Amino acid sequence: MTPPSVPFVRQTAGPGAAKAAARRRSKSAAGSRPSWVTYALLAVVILVSVLPLYYTLLLASSTSAEVAQSPIPSWIPGGHLVDNLVRIFESDIDLVQAAWNSFVVSAVSALAVVFFSTLAGFAFAKLRFRGRAALLAFVVATLAVPTQLGVVPLYIVMRELGLVGNLWAVILPGIVTAFGVFWMTQYLTAALPYELIEAARIDGASTFRTFWSIALPAVRPAAAMLGLFTFIGAWTNYFWPAIVLGPQNPTLPVALQLLQTGFFKDIPLIMTGVLVSIVPLLVLFLVLGKQLVAGVMQGAVKG
Amino acid sequence: MSYPANATRRTTSSPRPGSPWKERFGRWDIKASPYAYIAPFFIVFGIVGLFPLLYTAYVSLHDWDLISGQGDFVGIENFTFILSRPVFWVSLGNTLSIFLLSTVPQIAIALVLASVLNANIRAKTFWRMGVLLPYVVAPVAVTLIFSRLFADQSGLVNAVLELVGADPIGWHRDSLPAHIAIATMVNFRWIGFNTLVLLAAMQAIPKELYEAATIDGAGRARQFFSVTVPSVRPTIIFVVITSTIGGLQIFDEPRLYDAQGLGGNSGQWKTITLYLYELGWNQQRLGRAAAVAWLLFVLIVVFALVSNWASRRIASGDDPTATRKLRRVQQQKKQAARKELSEQAVRTTSASSLERTP
Repeated sequence: MTPPSVPFVRQTAGPGAAKAAARRRSKSAAGSRPSWVTYALLAVVILVSVLPLYYTLLLASSTSAEVAQSPIPSWIPGGHLVDNLVRIFESDIDLVQAAWNSFVVSAVSALAVVFFSTLAGFAFAKLRFRGRAALLAFVVATLAVPTQLGVVPLYIVMRELGLVGNLWAVILPGIVTAFGVFWMTQYLTAALPYELIEAARIDGASTFRTFWSIALPAVRPAAAMLGLFTFIGAWTNYFWPAIVLGPQNPTLPVALQLLQTGFFKDIPLIMTGVLVSIVPLLVLFLVLGKQLVAGVMQGAVKG
Repeated sequence: MSYPANATRRTTSSPRPGSPWKERFGRWDIKASPYAYIAPFFIVFGIVGLFPLLYTAYVSLHDWDLISGQGDFVGIENFTFILSRPVFWVSLGNTLSIFLLSTVPQIAIALVLASVLNANIRAKTFWRMGVLLPYVVAPVAVTLIFSRLFADQSGLVNAVLELVGADPIGWHRDSLPAHIAIATMVNFRWIGFNTLVLLAAMQAIPKELYEAATIDGAGRARQFFSVTVPSVRPTIIFVVITSTIGGLQIFDEPRLYDAQGLGGNSGQWKTITLYLYELGWNQQRLGRAAAVAWLLFVLIVVFALVSNWASRRIASGDDPTATRKLRRVQQQKKQAARKELSEQAVRTTSASSLERTP
């Protein structure tokens, strides 16, 4: 049956309906595309995202004298980036150590969160036990608890354990998160059929073997997302590391703060430090940006 | 939703009935494993989440030094001390001001951007990646960059202002400009993120709603306010509540906005968490810091409830001046939603019968 013509629709159903019919028709023909205004607006947004980072590069590649001379830097990066990098690595703030610390904290946190969250998610989604629903509700409720406010006792505990200044003091509180457990439970509920688990059991697999050989491979996409966002979260975290690590054994954000306090007049040096700290995640973003977008849209991360 | 009664029996029976040890292990495995698997979360949450929060109350009632530890029980003295300090009230005001300046524009802009991205544009992934880019820049790095941009002397923003003939603004010297600068940093990092969260919700709006609105003669703005915004209301509430909980604890940005890190020389941008840090780790009075933590906790609970209520009010489509057309749109929406619901119910029942969700 062919749809009625647009003039016919206009006459019988009114102008609005005719417009809708016309739009529907043009969509099927060429696919309606928004006008250039949309793209111009989006281009401005992208520019706003990128320009502060470019400004960092401009300042990091100039000298203090140039920065003092003119607040508006030239559009082309100067030639002093390498000098500034050399200066920063010769300064008494050890950025290499800080970068390594950040990497260790982020990588260990990401692996631990993925492992323990999947383990708990597997139990909540696919195993039967008394109190399952109530315990899961408890996990979800803890999502809204601002645990950051417990810093004072947490610091006291870490000092009792002799962990102040130790990377474990940053890693341990984050090895499993309520969000991770919730996310993996959701995913496993939908993605892993009971038949597979039953089949493994009939074949004589223990529960842990079932988890290891059936559940873990099945959650790979969700686990990758969770790991990625945990890594970013740990890399950018400042409050707790600043309190518990101190200046002797800093992560990158803590080192940046030390850099700012120690060299507050030397803007190119500070900006070089900023550049060093953001480049790793920018590279990660260029490689995995598509996955990050998908992850945010699927809700793989709590805001 | 019923788990077949024979499943447990089937699984507990070991494949080799001849081995009693294996059978016993199998039964123990089934019983204890689930608890063992969820235990890490509960242990960690207990030690680093629940216990510290409760113990904060205990610490707040004591004189507690950073170095020498627990001192005398002082009752509510820490609380009365803090509540009598003008600096606490200033930092409360700063926190709320920065919170409003960041949350409100952030969600408004994110809504508009999401609806722009929701159009049938070319190179979708490119634009989405573009808006998400600032998310991977650490707040500390964002702050160092923007505190340069917003420097009082020789900052880029003031230089541009002077170029166009306007007076330079005391972005660090004055309170409100400092709040605007700090809110800008928060917005820079989170607008794109929230845009994508809202975009995901918008993609689930059935196209029929927009068609119905078009037939009723609604323009693009009308469709945005009467179809898009009400349809993503649950997501808006979610975003508002998460940014309330996070926003009231803001620390990184005010801490690094200048080299001293104490919120300006007269506390122009000192926030509550910054004050907490200052009391605990600069003045070494952990008891007072714990009291501030508790006060902040109460504030967050109150604000989470208020934001929840406010975003329900604002984002609802129940406009008292609703015209007949709008009502028709809503009716269509309800019908579509009902249809969607029943379809969903069918889908979940069929899925659950397939998967035997317990």
